[in-house]
Amino acid sequence: MKPAPFAYAKARSVAHAVELLSAHDDARIIAGGQSLVAMLNMRLAAPEILIDINDIPGLSEVSVEDGFLRIGALVRYAQAQRSPLVSTHAPLIARAIPHVAHAAIRSRGTLGGSVAFADPAAEMPACMLALGARIVIAGVDGEREVAIDDFFKGLYETAIGPAEMLVALRLPLHGPSRRVAFGEYARRRGDYAMVGLAATARAQGAGLADVRLAYFSVGLNAVRAQGAEAALEAGDVEGAVAALDGDLDPDGDIHASRDTKMHLAGALLRRVAAELSEAAQ
Amino acid sequence: MSGDVPSPLTALDRPNSYIGRAVPRPNLKRLTEGRGEYVSDISLPRMVHVVYVRSPHAHARIVSIDATAAKAAKGVVAVVTGAEIAQVCTPWVGVLSHMVGLKSAPQHPIAVDRACWQGEAVAAVVARTRALAEDAAALVEVEYEPLTPVTDMMTALDPETPVIHESLGDNLAFERNFSGGDPASAFAASDHVIEADFGFGRHTGVTLEPRAMVADFNPGTGRLTAYLGTQAPHMIQNILSIHLAMPESAIRVVCKDVGGSFGIKVHVYADEMATAALSKLLQRPVKFVADRLESFLTDIHARDHRVKGKVGVMADGTITAFEIDDVTGIGPYSVYPRTSAVEANQVVNLTGGPYTCPNYKARARVVFQNKNVTCQYRAVGHPIATAVTEGLVDLAAQKIGMDPVEIRRKNLVRDDAYPCASATGLKFEALSHHAALDKLLAMMDYPRLRAEQAEMRKKGVHRGIGFASFIEITNPGAAFYGVGGARISSQDGAVVRLDAAGAVTVQTSATEQGQGTEAVIAQVVATAVGVPLERVRVISGDTDQTPYGGGTWASRAAGIGGEAAWQAGKALRENVLAVAGAILQAEAGTLDVREGAVVDADTGRERMPLTELGRIVYFRPDTLPTGFQAELMAVRHYVPRGYPFAFTNGVQASYLEVEDGFVKLLGHWVVEDCGTILNPQLVDEQVRGGVVQGLGGALFEHCVYDSEGQLQNASMADYLVPMACEMPDIQVGHVVSPTADSELGAKGAGEAGTAGAPAAVMNAINDALSPFGAVVTDMPFTPDRILGALRAAKAAQGA
Repeated sequence: MKPAPFAYAKARSVAHAVELLSAHDDARIIAGGQSLVAMLNMRLAAPEILIDINDIPGLSEVSVEDGFLRIGALVRYAQAQRSPLVSTHAPLIARAIPHVAHAAIRSRGTLGGSVAFADPAAEMPACMLALGARIVIAGVDGEREVAIDDFFKGLYETAIGPAEMLVALRLPLHGPSRRVAFGEYARRRGDYAMVGLAATARAQGAGLADVRLAYFSVGLNAVRAQGAEAALEAGDVEGAVAALDGDLDPDGDIHASRDTKMHLAGALLRRVAAELSEAAQ
Repeated sequence: MSGDVPSPLTALDRPNSYIGRAVPRPNLKRLTEGRGEYVSDISLPRMVHVVYVRSPHAHARIVSIDATAAKAAKGVVAVVTGAEIAQVCTPWVGVLSHMVGLKSAPQHPIAVDRACWQGEAVAAVVARTRALAEDAAALVEVEYEPLTPVTDMMTALDPETPVIHESLGDNLAFERNFSGGDPASAFAASDHVIEADFGFGRHTGVTLEPRAMVADFNPGTGRLTAYLGTQAPHMIQNILSIHLAMPESAIRVVCKDVGGSFGIKVHVYADEMATAALSKLLQRPVKFVADRLESFLTDIHARDHRVKGKVGVMADGTITAFEIDDVTGIGPYSVYPRTSAVEANQVVNLTGGPYTCPNYKARARVVFQNKNVTCQYRAVGHPIATAVTEGLVDLAAQKIGMDPVEIRRKNLVRDDAYPCASATGLKFEALSHHAALDKLLAMMDYPRLRAEQAEMRKKGVHRGIGFASFIEITNPGAAFYGVGGARISSQDGAVVRLDAAGAVTVQTSATEQGQGTEAVIAQVVATAVGVPLERVRVISGDTDQTPYGGGTWASRAAGIGGEAAWQAGKALRENVLAVAGAILQAEAGTLDVREGAVVDADTGRERMPLTELGRIVYFRPDTLPTGFQAELMAVRHYVPRGYPFAFTNGVQASYLEVEDGFVKLLGHWVVEDCGTILNPQLVDEQVRGGVVQGLGGALFEHCVYDSEGQLQNASMADYLVPMACEMPDIQVGHVVSPTADSELGAKGAGEAGTAGAPAAVMNAINDALSPFGAVVTDMPFTPDRILGALRAAKAAQGA
């Protein structure tokens, strides 16, 4: 389990990283490396060059800008978990992070890396989808923003182009009427989820509006359950569970059959629906 | 739990005895400071690294191997095929003569013309570094002609299934049929007969340190030194000698620190034999360290049994008969030299073992298949026999509406019935099933748990309580392997030496795998000789240095290696007292050795420190009486002779909650009887570690193969080892019935936890699921399987 030979370059700036990406056909960016290094060691990936972005200044900040919480591409899980800005303005992220792998991995792994890698079983892509995040991407022509609903393109595929890199996640700020909930089933604590659900909503009287249910580990990408969202907005939890049959189309894997995934998706929805209806968070 | 250890005064109760005390292990500081020396730490001059090219197919003919590009790659020293290795290392056949009818095919270190499982080595690439060897391995072009793989063990014997080894005629490696008493009449006369099918998934040991070897053939001496993490150095010495055609005396096996074995490291592995052969071929040190992927593909797997079980019961709870029909798939070869038929044989031997029921019928069939090989892993056969027995007993109890504890009380062999024998002829010296059960019920507060369970059920929370009584084979004599012709010592030895400065050195043939053998040997010797523990140093794991012996397997290191050390320590004390008597002009019998000094036995008054005695013996022997020769080194060997095995017994209970197919373990209790407890902390941790591995097999661990014989989860991400977050508190208690076969009276404790835990969990899950009429008997009990059983039960009730 030694990686195939690769070249290595340390990017000094985002512009430098993008320049290096443009110069090589088969380059990979390394940030925390928590998924990539395992793939390299198993020779599932054998890029020509690794572009290390860890020393690029300005990517490790969490800040509030223009009514959004901005999380830089190098912000580690452990850093986000300690950040008062994250717990105040993105409590969904704060709830999800303890489910992400183990402490050692959270110390190195980055939220941005998880979103860019787009593992269908990972927590962060689903959280972004539930929050309606905007993904900031840099290329040779500067920065652009992609709405999360347009970001995921397929298995490990995103709107990030071959010569582009993710530079930040921008999340709408949490407000008094916002509700969030998170849950996942894993065989062991810290494992990739068999089924997971990140959810947001707006409290409206006794009911919920603007429900966003983002399931993960049930398809090629994190996916919204729009039929269930509508049913929850109508106050019908069991109707929402029933609607999952139309919303989700998971394949079974070695840890859970399709039947199991659907059962657990329903169980999660009941739990999450109850959580969303709790008093102000 | 030290309060559990009774202290009747025996020969072991010497003043300042270390026996029965949880003293720290002597290797603790070294290992926790990262100063251990594992095989992967070894680096020798001119050492090269070998990487094996492994078959991606479960079954394929090797058409051609083109190593041209690989040989030209950077840093490559050699690329060697199976045919070339066969010139220096002969193949082997894993059979034992007492397993009548057991057959297997010759296995080569590297496949010669056919690969028989995914992961079998087909070529070796040797290079300056592991990374360069991996780069070159990717350049070896192997042309395969895929053959139909045999993967389903249940159809392996069907006439339309291809035969893996033509020369053997069929895919049946071994079959055993047993009948005791009159099972047919007993079943016919039973009020109820209950049947169930049990499944046991393939799993493996996942040692923290993978298998590793540095083989160093020295053309100057003609000797081969094999640094190897192994449980049985002398066995490996013998095997290397046979297959490399070298005298045993030309082979030295050195076993330094070992990062866990669990039975994984007691077998002969093709890639290790190839590594030794490569060193001979290349005349330089060669290092092989299995990476985790290779470990999953080539470390022995275990279990993979399907058992049809049947029990007869009377309305009053009397169990009348057991019957089992076991099929197990062992891969394409029976593993050398201990064979892959032992687990099935143990299942036949052990099923029904705790109970008085004399009527028992069993069949076991061991079949070949194109998957990795299986062989002996911790608690060989025990978890299977125990789960089948205890699962059937619980189903019988449920049928007649009896509490699971009551049916056990009624049928477990009485504590005053010993010595006695089981239906299969296992001889029991002294067991304590009832005392153990009583103690367990008190520890877990059974009535309170039942009340809590009922209360929770009203709230829609489904909890279950499950029990498992079991017996465990420990301290094996020659009956396991020696009688079958394997040159595997059942005897162990110890050499104990007093040096001039009063230090005691022990050379033992028992080996340390991380379980604390060194600690136990040191405690025993310190007590026997009469010196402070810190003066004792233990040397193990070196065939050039230690007495010839068996090593560590089948829970034998403390019981057999410990007794040899005890006897050697006593002999040294006698020798010391003879010297002291001569110096002090006293009767040796009036003196004793305590705390490193010769004392008056009656008063404890110090007469002479051992440092002074050592000074006289080594530097002023001229002052000793004429004709007196001091002997400050003593050797003793031991092998149990009274019984073929020292059986232990125990009982476990599990308390858990089932929700949405997930099992949450709330509590686990174990009472076991391993005879004299030499070190209560080490025994308790052996039990706990064993329970965790048993829970792993019951709930998490599974080598998942597809129908083409491809392992689907060969990584730590997908193969689920049990982890701390999911484990319950494990309370351990003891009943002590020493064996009279040895003076120490210690039996083995390494496997009790693994033997009983899966059965206890299975019974607890089924207790929790009982309101739904669902039953699970297929391990591991995954959410898929539990939810599937619930759906099936719902469908059956709806029908």
